Amino acid sequence: MGLAKPTSAGISERRGGRAPDSATKLAMYERMLLIRKVEERLVRNFTEGVLPGNVHTYVGEEAVAVGVCAHLSDRDWITSTHRGHGHFLAKGGDAEALLAEIYGRAGVCKGFGGTMHVADFSKGILGANGIVAAGIPIATGAALSARLDGEGRVVAAFFGDGAANRGVLLESLNIATLWRLPIVFVCENNGYCEFSPTDTVTSGAIGARAAAFGIPAETIDGNDVESVWCAADAAVARARRGDGPSFIEAETYRLRGHAEAEVNWLSEAYRTEEEVKRWSEKDPLPRYAQRLCREGVADTAKLATIEADIAKHVERAAQAAAQAPLPSLELLASFLPAGSEFLGGMEHA
Amino acid sequence: MAKRRLMQAINDALTEEMTRDPRIVLFGEDVKISMFGDTKGLQARFGADRVRNTPISEETLTGMAVGAAAAGRPVVLHLMFSNFAYAGFDGIANQMTKLPFMTGGQIRLPVTVLCGFGGGTSTGAQHSDTPYPMLMNLGGLNIAVPTTPADAKGLLKSAIRSGYPTFFLEARTRGGEMGEVPDGDYETPFGSARIARPGSDITVIAIGAMVRPALEAAEFLAENDGINAEVIDPRTLVPFDESALLSSIAKTGHLVIVDEARDRCSAASHIAAIAADKGFASLRASVRRVTVPDMPMPYAPILEKAIYPDSKRIAAVVKSVLRTRGPISASAAQ
Repeated sequence: MGLAKPTSAGISERRGGRAPDSATKLAMYERMLLIRKVEERLVRNFTEGVLPGNVHTYVGEEAVAVGVCAHLSDRDWITSTHRGHGHFLAKGGDAEALLAEIYGRAGVCKGFGGTMHVADFSKGILGANGIVAAGIPIATGAALSARLDGEGRVVAAFFGDGAANRGVLLESLNIATLWRLPIVFVCENNGYCEFSPTDTVTSGAIGARAAAFGIPAETIDGNDVESVWCAADAAVARARRGDGPSFIEAETYRLRGHAEAEVNWLSEAYRTEEEVKRWSEKDPLPRYAQRLCREGVADTAKLATIEADIAKHVERAAQAAAQAPLPSLELLASFLPAGSEFLGGMEHA
Repeated sequence: MAKRRLMQAINDALTEEMTRDPRIVLFGEDVKISMFGDTKGLQARFGADRVRNTPISEETLTGMAVGAAAAGRPVVLHLMFSNFAYAGFDGIANQMTKLPFMTGGQIRLPVTVLCGFGGGTSTGAQHSDTPYPMLMNLGGLNIAVPTTPADAKGLLKSAIRSGYPTFFLEARTRGGEMGEVPDGDYETPFGSARIARPGSDITVIAIGAMVRPALEAAEFLAENDGINAEVIDPRTLVPFDESALLSSIAKTGHLVIVDEARDRCSAASHIAAIAADKGFASLRASVRRVTVPDMPMPYAPILEKAIYPDSKRIAAVVKSVLRTRGPISASAAQ
């Protein structure tokens, strides 16, 4: 299979594949909205100065995680990136546990991980990762385990366009093909490797890297959740059948900065307001809302109810997260090597 | 008891563990052919699904070991030469050591990494390094450096069963070491040193391949200088048996550490720090380290031998330590 041109027309029609049913459509809309609302909250918290550190938001890219994870159960695994809140929530991670972790409380990782390392193994979330592309070999290893298990588990590795220039991607594509591993490589091409425009640091087409290994690869409109759903439908089914890896390059855009803190220290603009505005018009959320109304899946009143419910849910989650217990020093001490002493003793500041 | 070479004992441990736990998967470059002999015959016995020859892709292999183990499957990763760990270091330093911690203890990570290390065989600078100093500093790794076949087998079983990321380092010049191996299943605990030779005048901690020249030096000193050295093989560096060190220097008052790592921030310097911190009152002379100078390992035998610790150098340093304090006994005086 060659590389398809980006398209927002359903790939399902082109391929004669499936399309999501109404319940799935609504569920995907709700999940994208949950991610958006949680991160809007985090942006507000950052501005208020109440977050311990920086956050990288997924605002504008929600359709990718949601369209892929719609095909995965808790028994399937994902690996994620430094921009990982969306993958976490899309895979069924709990918003309150996520927020508590980011607030520096005993959240989903008990305060030991933080925004770039959220993981919930009970949901198959093997972890976000602060090292670009590092989740890819971890996903490949999990896929080896899945293949040996023979129980039809699938692994999705999410990574950005920056990872396309890391050797581990090529190494993992090679091994995944050789061993026919049940893995879907999902590249979220948001056009920037941090602050460098992707085309200034990347030669060749990203999907062509996978195609060179004989892996089915296609480039899709990552801001259209149904395009993502359709591509992932085929890729996940192929993996479950035992036919090996697939590669999806989802073209998208982050509507906010690389990191929230960049406004404090960026000395020059690295993209134009006009460009951000152009992509805002392709924001996956309002775009999908319009489509749902157009198709009669929902009306504006129903969508408003959904939005109000999610806003309430996020508000409750954020309130509870802010009151979550502080991380445990006893747990920290449990990581001390046996017999070692900590001079001065540990105590809460 | 049966006589086995060290590499055979490792092979026995892998065979028994893979039989015991059918979930264990072993992979690495050329594990089928097995350059060192430790994985020889395993693919024929357990099949190509569980014993996998891989491409030469260390950074991905270390990450894959993490992923497969995070997915609940015990992994044995063979890195061949320990210098190749540098090529795979993200998977080790950023992932393997950190994932159980960063997830707040959600998972155990049963990864055992095997590799050969050390100098003495003219393999040149890129195949002769001693990796444990950098590994000791990561936090989140156990490290075994076995020197006898019996310990190799027991420590490897402990490592595989521990559910904890562990480097199992094979001193390459010790692979042919012959020794008695107990019958039946047994584990050798981590953090428990072995007194390789009891003594009373000075403590010599020797790591990995350094145990043999340390024992030779001790015999030489006993015969020629009346010095009775106690030689201790720590067996594991993380965890390290501090009490064995401290009780030995409480008895001898003197300490020399023999380590084929480069000197700066070596295991030897860490052990010296422990002695200074916790055994200060026992020490009657300064602690000395017999190590490799801070340079890459040269190739030519005459150059490599010039810096690689041997029994002559160890004996000379032991005598110099005892000299600095003056005679302990008439026989040790010079």
